[in-house]
Amino acid sequence: MRDAESLIDAMASQLRDLLAERGIAEPMLVGIHTGGVWIAERLRQRLGVAAPLGQLDISFYRDDFSRIGVNRRVRPSELPFDVDDRHLVLVDDVLNTGRTVRAALNELFDYGRPASVLLAVLVDRGGRELPIEAQVVGARLKLPVDQEVQLTGPELLQLIIQQTTP
Amino acid sequence: MSATHFQLDQQGRLLHFLTVEGLSRRHLTDILDTAESLHGVAERRVKKLPTLHGKTVVNLFFEASTRTRTTFELAAKRLSADVLTLNIATSSAVKGETLLDTLRNIEAMQCDMFVVRHQQSGAAEFIARHVRPHIAVLNAGDGRHAHPTQAMLDVFTIRRHKPDFPNLQVAIVGDILHSRVARSLIHALNILGAGEIRVVAPRTLLPAQVETLGVRVFYDPSQGLRDADVVVMLRLQRERMEGALLPTEQEFFQRYGLTEDRLALARPDAIVMHPGPINRGVEIDSRVADGPRSVILEQVTNGIAVRMAIMSITLGNHARPAGESL
Repeated sequence: MRDAESLIDAMASQLRDLLAERGIAEPMLVGIHTGGVWIAERLRQRLGVAAPLGQLDISFYRDDFSRIGVNRRVRPSELPFDVDDRHLVLVDDVLNTGRTVRAALNELFDYGRPASVLLAVLVDRGGRELPIEAQVVGARLKLPVDQEVQLTGPELLQLIIQQTTP
Repeated sequence: MSATHFQLDQQGRLLHFLTVEGLSRRHLTDILDTAESLHGVAERRVKKLPTLHGKTVVNLFFEASTRTRTTFELAAKRLSADVLTLNIATSSAVKGETLLDTLRNIEAMQCDMFVVRHQQSGAAEFIARHVRPHIAVLNAGDGRHAHPTQAMLDVFTIRRHKPDFPNLQVAIVGDILHSRVARSLIHALNILGAGEIRVVAPRTLLPAQVETLGVRVFYDPSQGLRDADVVVMLRLQRERMEGALLPTEQEFFQRYGLTEDRLALARPDAIVMHPGPINRGVEIDSRVADGPRSVILEQVTNGIAVRMAIMSITLGNHARPAGESL
């Protein structure tokens, strides 16, 4: 078990530098349900972003619908701002295959045409199956395939590494 | 096996949607919650999700319909499915082809879902029992029996305005006897634990032993509408009436029609619903139908999200793990 707050501090500092380097003054943060939303909200506070948080539930965009069907716990996606020509920061807890991010990008573009999208993740555990990389990474972990990393929250954010249940 | 059980797989998940009767509260809240997630899609620039991309949905309408047919069509399109609508009353049925032959032919066109409306009770279930196992069947209204997607969009609309179901008083007014909408709605409200469900109608428009459905019966609207949170008006289905169940439409309006005066008996924040099409001046006064408490057009809009939810849930439950082919 590992406290996530120090990793989010690291993310915030990387993100601040990156935004300054790219001259982005007003980023819009978009969290991917569920863990990504918790982290995005903390980043928003640390960076002092005034704009409200965007939230994406990518259940209807998954590439494995014909294998697993609808996620029973799907929630509404909500982007309380105009996406057109905005600089977005997409936030997720764990980056693994890249398929979730692919789905999230597809969903974002159904709202409009952003000027740019950055990807910020708490943990990059490798294992990519798609050409997707994060620009902001809290921690890089090398894990055996039969282990999974999970974020618990929302009050106390903790990373749990455990054996995958078969 | 009854339609209730036939529509579920061995894990109790919905494979078809034929009737609300006998489903669990969780089945219904899953549909409502999924519909809630789909509701915002229509506000976006691209009003479409990729969920059913590559699937083919066939609307089989053996009976006329405008709202139900078009909202099913839109629901399928917004999920990126390909949609075909057959108005069979005007095609092969006239040429003497049997229902099963029609079915086999459409099945041969590799479709994944049938949406069925038919004047015979039990038609959707009959089709579900005869199609190939990978096809999901949705009941879009069968005879006097059931109209489950309408019931779900009705309870979805109610929940958005009045989420406190245990303290809810719903009055369903008018032609209960011929109404598959009423039957399905009563089941859905009971499953969701609605406080009190009332039916308000003349004796001639009530089915025998209607109390056994779990409703209170009122013959007098001045009693039945009192303190209601939700007033559901039903269409007077003259086309299904045999003999003289009613004196005249004018007399029905005088005794049961929803006017502003009658609506004043309900709670001040009561909402007014109607499955459509409305007969102005028969069951509802225009001032009420177009008034501030009417959510009739909202029901139409909600019908799209609710049907999207039911389509994606049932087709999703036909999903197969990797490597397993049809």
